[in-house]
Amino acid sequence: MSTAQSRYRALTTHRLFWPVVVLVALVVANTVYRPGFLSVQVRDGHLYGSLIDILRLSAPLILVALGMTLVIATGGIDLSVGSLCAISGAVACLYISRQPDQNSMGGVLTALALGLAVALVLGAWNGVLVAVIGIQPIIATLILMVAGRGLAQLITEGQILTINSSPYKAIGVGHLLTLPLAIFIALAAALLIAAVTRRTALGLIVESVGGNARASRLAGIRSARITFLVYVISAACAAVAGFMMTANVSSADGNAAGLWVELDAILAVVIGGTSLAGGRFSLGGTILGALLIQTLTTTVYAMNISPQTSLLFKAVVVIAVCLIQAPGFRARFTRRRRVPAPAAAGADETRKEQVPA
Amino acid sequence: MKRTRNSLPFRKAAAVLTAALLATGMAACGNSDTGGGSAGGDDKLVLGFSQVGAESGWRTANTTSIKESAAEAGVELKFDDAQQKQENQIKAIRNFIQQKVDVIAFSPVVESGWDTVLKEAKDAKIPVILTDRAVDSADKSLYKTFLGSDFKKEGRLAGEWLVEQKKSASGPVNIVELQGTTGSAPANDRKEGFAAAIAANPNLKIVASQSGDFTRAGGKQVMEQFLKANPKIDVLFAHNDDMGLGALEAITAAGKVPGKDITIITIDAVKDGMQALADGKFNFIAECSPLLGPQLMELAKKVHKGEEVPARIETEETTFTQEQAKEALPNRKY
Repeated sequence: MSTAQSRYRALTTHRLFWPVVVLVALVVANTVYRPGFLSVQVRDGHLYGSLIDILRLSAPLILVALGMTLVIATGGIDLSVGSLCAISGAVACLYISRQPDQNSMGGVLTALALGLAVALVLGAWNGVLVAVIGIQPIIATLILMVAGRGLAQLITEGQILTINSSPYKAIGVGHLLTLPLAIFIALAAALLIAAVTRRTALGLIVESVGGNARASRLAGIRSARITFLVYVISAACAAVAGFMMTANVSSADGNAAGLWVELDAILAVVIGGTSLAGGRFSLGGTILGALLIQTLTTTVYAMNISPQTSLLFKAVVVIAVCLIQAPGFRARFTRRRRVPAPAAAGADETRKEQVPA
Repeated sequence: MKRTRNSLPFRKAAAVLTAALLATGMAACGNSDTGGGSAGGDDKLVLGFSQVGAESGWRTANTTSIKESAAEAGVELKFDDAQQKQENQIKAIRNFIQQKVDVIAFSPVVESGWDTVLKEAKDAKIPVILTDRAVDSADKSLYKTFLGSDFKKEGRLAGEWLVEQKKSASGPVNIVELQGTTGSAPANDRKEGFAAAIAANPNLKIVASQSGDFTRAGGKQVMEQFLKANPKIDVLFAHNDDMGLGALEAITAAGKVPGKDITIITIDAVKDGMQALADGKFNFIAECSPLLGPQLMELAKKVHKGEEVPARIETEETTFTQEQAKEALPNRKY
């Protein structure tokens, strides 16, 4: 077997190969449908185009999914992130709306600190429920998922809270070096999490807790503390994502902000190759998964797929990604395809088999 | 969480009931002012109301109107927020039946799947009033009346205004449409009404139509792609103000002037929408009034007394141009 062949094998069996293929396929399909899809222009000193939109809109999902990755790596799940987005965004917007000068930098920073603090407290609540009291993560976080929406609506008094603050707005729609500021925030968070988990033993410890919490504890790892920590990190990520979502439309909508983002985040994590059973995780894969999901959503709008069929379209793409990623499915597929190739007799047999059918 | 919220009104209801029993004798002549004319000395009417949720400013104004007019009309209101979920709403209605309220009113989250629970209400002899949104039950006897806006008419009014504006247009007029939540009655009907109205002029063409889920974020995200996919957009028709407001930001970011480069028509007339209209960023709003509280209380009293009511009652509504918005804005309640 030549080196080129083995390199090809290594590439196609890499766990992120197929998500990348689907992502590229989506972009190609968009470009075929409308050649201008790839075009990026400079407008008002920053870049403008569908690809830039995808980057900007995927930033909150990347953040939420990063936090989710760590939670899932410990074998848990955090369903409350969508509600946390709504709460943190609502707290920040409420504080800003009460300021005499909504554009004051100090006011906006205080608002962000408040929003983050509330989210951290709620993340700690999740952490205590799971790590200390020992409730199943899916149930423990379900509590806040449901109650949190109500809390967010209480904060905004059921209204859509509109604010007019340019520093806050910048988090959602601002630009840095001609690119959306939001994507830089998401990348910074990714680098920080990557540095903390992969440059230290923390990542390994998280994976070991996910692999077997009891064995890890017996090996001297404080499993409960690690589990608690990942829920707090997840909440912090969700809070920043909530700021982006509300800043994007300069208004806090307790009901709609971050609605169902937890499901998209779990999907992004799974597409990225992190096992739902815990024990291993891939941050790069998660980012790729989030980009894929946002590209899918943008594709629906850009290609004007009718709203009635768009959910089906998304489902088909997601199922396709998951199936071709599964080694078992792929192996079966490749074996079948290869059988007739080596010998003519094999091809005859196949034909014979087909006749009665 | 839910359990406590439901059991509290229940206990309150029990307390009120006991108090009412004790007080009937004395209070019979005391509350004649709330009964209104012929009502005389009725017991206090108990109305169970299940709201869709608080998905928009419109809905909040609707809730406020119902709560305020219930207090004014002397109706005891049991209010439930279904948070956009049909199962919550069905549960709330079952609770109302158990609590033996006098009248049940609700704004259905979705159109279908109500027959069973409405049958239960009918069996318990509790009249049901639909507000704001209809259900698609074949059996019309399951509810007394439907009080609400005519969404088809709203879409039609929006379309007729556009036809009038563009009657001298020689070339094609490209329209993009931001639909509401897929499958919801307002989205279906507004789309239909609008399409029927603009059919009068073959130059008016809908070039793209997507769901923005009635939210600002949804409206913005969809409009961003519309603007990139369609080089020439003349008109935006949004099924509610919030999606229009989200789209405004996308239009500005694309370097176009909303209200001038792109004519914007929306439905609802909530405060932020009216402000945008007065500021010249929107061009036309067909009102969908949420202030149906007073009409609802009157109806509830009528059906409770067994009076005949029409099967369909429309809320009083109007339309706004930019000038009318400037005039109306200072007096708007919501």
